[in-house]
Amino acid sequence: MIYMDNSATSPVKEEVFNAMVPYLKEEFGNPSTFYKLGRNAKKAVEEARENVAKLINADTREIIFTSGGTESDNMAIKGVALKFEDKGKHIITTEIEHPAVLRTCEFLESRGYEVTYLPVNENGIISIEDLKNAIREDTILISVMHANNEIGTIQPIEEVGKIAKENGIIFHCDAVQSVGKIPVDVKEANIDLLSISSHKIYGPKGVGAIFIRKGVRLELLIHGGGQENGLRSGTENVPGIVGFGKAAELAYEHLDENIAKLTELRDSLIEKISDRIPEAYLNGDRENRLPNNVNFRFAAIEGEGLILRLDAKGINGATGSACSSKSLKASYVLSALGLEDAEIHGSLRLSLGTENSLEDVDVVVDALDEVVAGLRRMSPLWDNENNESLELDESKFTDPDH
Amino acid sequence: MYSEKVMDHFANPRNSGIIENASGEGTVGNPTCGDLMTIYIDVDDNEVIQDIKFETFGCGAAIATSSMITEIAKGMTVDEALEITRNDVADALDGLPPIKMHCSNLAADALTEAIKDYKSKKSE
Repeated sequence: MIYMDNSATSPVKEEVFNAMVPYLKEEFGNPSTFYKLGRNAKKAVEEARENVAKLINADTREIIFTSGGTESDNMAIKGVALKFEDKGKHIITTEIEHPAVLRTCEFLESRGYEVTYLPVNENGIISIEDLKNAIREDTILISVMHANNEIGTIQPIEEVGKIAKENGIIFHCDAVQSVGKIPVDVKEANIDLLSISSHKIYGPKGVGAIFIRKGVRLELLIHGGGQENGLRSGTENVPGIVGFGKAAELAYEHLDENIAKLTELRDSLIEKISDRIPEAYLNGDRENRLPNNVNFRFAAIEGEGLILRLDAKGINGATGSACSSKSLKASYVLSALGLEDAEIHGSLRLSLGTENSLEDVDVVVDALDEVVAGLRRMSPLWDNENNESLELDESKFTDPDH
Repeated sequence: MYSEKVMDHFANPRNSGIIENASGEGTVGNPTCGDLMTIYIDVDDNEVIQDIKFETFGCGAAIATSSMITEIAKGMTVDEALEITRNDVADALDGLPPIKMHCSNLAADALTEAIKDYKSKKSE
C-alpha cells in the first residue's frame, strides 16, 4: 500500500506507540491523584506538554491538552466570543478554514455575532488589505489558518499577527496542518491562540492541544474537575497525551530533514504528473505551499472514480468531487479559488508523509497515468483521438434530479 | 459502501465506447453536477438493440450503472428497453447507497433518450 493521505490522518510511529504502551498497562494512574502511580502519570503528561510547547516556541504553561483540533478550534473561537461579547461581536476569518472553524462561526452568527469571511485569490491566499479593511471597532477575534488541509497553501500569518496586535484584537491560528511540517513560532507571529492535532503528526487520534498565550482569557467550553489549570476539565487522556508528546518531540528533532525530504518528493510528484498527464493543473500556490501537499485537477474525469481505481492499485489519496462527499457538494476550498464545479470534480489530493519514498512517487505517477487514461477513454468529455478535452454542446446537458 | 457487483462493473465496465453512425444517441446529466452520460444504440430491422455503448463522466456508481444498463438492454427490443427502471438497474447491482440512487436514474434516462432519438430518426 502507498499511503498518500497524510492530511486526513497519519500512521502512528513506532516510537510513539512504544511510549504509550506503559500508560495503557501498568501506569494507568489518574494524574490528579497524589500517590506514586498518579504522580508518574502527571509527570508523563507534563513531559509531553514541554515537547508540544517546544514545537511552537511557546511556554510550557501555555499548552492545554484537548481531544483534538476540532475541540481546540471550538474552544478558541467560542471562548473568545463569549468572553468578549460586551466588547464586540464581530469576527474575521477566511473562506477556506476547516469546517471546525466555519461551523463554529456559523453557530455564533445564529446567536447574533457577525462574521466576515475573507476571500482568497486564485492561488488560495488571503489579501492583507482585505483583512485591514475588514477590521471594525467591534472586532474581537481574527481566526486565520496557517496552512490549508486541501491545497496546502500557507497564509501570511506573521503579517496577520502584526495587524491583530496593532489593533488589539485576539488572533487565533488553526495550525493543525502546519505544526510539525513547517516551522511555527507563536512569539514571532504574535499568535494568541493556536490549534494543534496529534494524529496529523504521527501521533494517536483523540488528542490535541490549544496554545493560549499568557494573559489571554477565555470562556470555558468544558466545565468540571478543573484539570489543565481549570481550563479544560476531564481526566487527562494520559496514553494519548504521552503519544502526542512523543510525536511532537520527533517532529521537532527531525523538522529540517523532514522538510527537505518531503519537499523533494512533492516537487518530483508535481513535476512528473505535469509532464506525463495532459490537462493536469495544480490547485493552489506553487511556492507558498506545505512541503507535503500535492493537489491536481484532471480534465474530463471524476474524483471518486479516480480514488477507487487508485485504491484498487493500493494507493490512497483524496478528492474534492461532489460525488465523494456526504453533502454532494463540491469542495468549497477549490470553489474559493474560483474553479468551476466541473473542474473541481476531477481533483486529487496526495498528501505525502515521512514513510513515502521516491520509488512511491514513480509508482504513483505510473498508476495515475494509467487510471486517468482509462477514465478518459470512457468519458464523453474527452477526445480520445486527439488526446484532449472536448467542448460539448451545452444544449445537450440536462438538469438531473439531484 | 458499494456492493461487490458495483465494484466489479466499475473496475471492469462492459460496453464502454461509442458507436459511429448509431441508430440512436442520448445524453443526460451535467458536468457541473459531476454526472454526464451518453448512450449509443444500434438497432436492427426487428427493433432489437444489437449493440449498445456508453460514455460516462461520473463517480463509481455512475460508471457501474451505465455499464449495467447496457448489459441489461443488449438484445432487448427498444420497447422492452424503455421499460427498464432505475430500480431494475440498482437491483441488478445488488443495491446502491441511497445517496447514489440518482445515478441509476441517469442511466435509465440516457437509454430512454437514445431510444427516443432512434424513433424520431426512424420517422424522418
